[in-house]
Amino acid sequence: MLKKLLVANRGEIAVRIIRAAQDLGIATVAVYSAADGGSLHVQLADEAVNIGPPASKKSYLNIEAILKAARDTGCDSVHPGYGFLAENAAFSDAVTGAGLVFVGPSGVAIRIMGDKVSARSAAAAAGVPVVPGSAGRVEGLEAGREVLAETGFPVMIKAAAGGGGRGIRIANSLAEFEQAFPQAEAEALAAFGDGGLYMEKVIGKARHIEVQVLADGSDAIHCYERECSLQRRRQKVWEEAPSRALSDGLREELCASAVALAKAVKYSGAGTVEYLYDDEADRFYFIEMNTRIQVEHPVTEAITGIDLVAEMLRIAGGEKLRIRQGDVSVKGHAIEVRLNAEDPAKEFAPFPGQVAELRIPGGPGVRFDSMLYQGYQVPPFYDSLLAKLIVHAETREAAIVRLIRALNELRIGGLKTTKPLFLALAADPAVRTGDVHTRWLEGWLIENAAALAG
Amino acid sequence: MAQILSPLPGTFYRSASPDQPPYKADGDAVSAGDVIGLIEVMKSFHEVRAETAGTNIRFIADNEEPIMAGAPLADLD
Repeated sequence: MLKKLLVANRGEIAVRIIRAAQDLGIATVAVYSAADGGSLHVQLADEAVNIGPPASKKSYLNIEAILKAARDTGCDSVHPGYGFLAENAAFSDAVTGAGLVFVGPSGVAIRIMGDKVSARSAAAAAGVPVVPGSAGRVEGLEAGREVLAETGFPVMIKAAAGGGGRGIRIANSLAEFEQAFPQAEAEALAAFGDGGLYMEKVIGKARHIEVQVLADGSDAIHCYERECSLQRRRQKVWEEAPSRALSDGLREELCASAVALAKAVKYSGAGTVEYLYDDEADRFYFIEMNTRIQVEHPVTEAITGIDLVAEMLRIAGGEKLRIRQGDVSVKGHAIEVRLNAEDPAKEFAPFPGQVAELRIPGGPGVRFDSMLYQGYQVPPFYDSLLAKLIVHAETREAAIVRLIRALNELRIGGLKTTKPLFLALAADPAVRTGDVHTRWLEGWLIENAAALAG
Repeated sequence: MAQILSPLPGTFYRSASPDQPPYKADGDAVSAGDVIGLIEVMKSFHEVRAETAGTNIRFIADNEEPIMAGAPLADLD
């Protein structure tokens, strides 16, 4: 078992990890930038180390400063959380190289999954269906034309080194393709220092469905799926589990494919295999694997009863998987919404400020993961996630009713948040029936702009 | 003399991206509406524009400096 853990993150996820470690009797060290001295994660950890100025580059992304803090406080392990250095293979290597345990997969596994082309190849090799497209990198326009036979139009041209929705172009015809391909090449080279491209068929209406896996380097299990189709600018805002779109047969197939991929890359820790699900064709396609704990992990915890962060810490401490696949079962339905410091009435403009009043929802089936406290000054230097509200109930319908109840209990004074968005979504007939896809919310936001502004 | 104040809290940038020249150099003249820098707030970027014209701009805030709303960014004659 680990003895002393450095949490290389901030905000709600740092708080979440500190809690899991303390539940296991592991001592905790928080790190913080000069802007975060008063943060909840600093207050809750057993020790805290200032690692630099507010700019992330000089603090939360500063590998040297983080390793020094770990050495100075006698830590034996580092948890990267999500974002910042969580999927940085060099960081995983540096932590291991310093004689510490990295709570996550090896640098090798992070590298394979970090490059879109090698991830796609690894998935295909493990028998996971991938979106029809190029087998690997597409070398030149001529080779690109040949791939069109596989994909048809519209086709996506993506930068191999891209990610998070960046470096993507869509062509609807051969003429558009011949114009876009060289542009994409130049753009990828300028933006990522790597002009490598690959191509994928555009799946028109798709759901985003992802499978949670846990692995110990040799064995792997899944903890079923989450659906995160409600997205704004490719950022998830509402996540739930299980997905109402899958039949039991396809669910088992999907989850088994994620386990096969995790085993194939000798994965260790918690990870998420992401897919697009095409309702009409009733088929799923691999998109990418995230080699970290994800923001939306609590919905899986709610329906399976598994503490994913605690399991990550146990695995990192050298234990084999304690949970067998047959022991994982789904109970009820869970929904998470992301409360961001953004004003939905003003095109989601960021709204940093001071928490004047805080009333946290509670009662049966309600969980509130957050770094907020009354008087907390939200710094403007980091992302806008303030809190995650997670509700769990017997059915999806009951979970939505409970979500509305909990949102009405919640009061965050002094800030604008995305709470009004979720009250409006929870009342929407399409959301109620779950009849949505990944581009649904953007259209809904345009149609409902006036309602949100009021 | 006039001062350009930051409309938002966040990180101040003097150029559109690290490989671009600054929007304005010390000593430049400024027209009303000119972009003089960017403020990054929670990962979104907002242009800072001069409200009035002036000459001989002198920056008070450095590139990548954390600033609060209302903080002076530059002096203008």
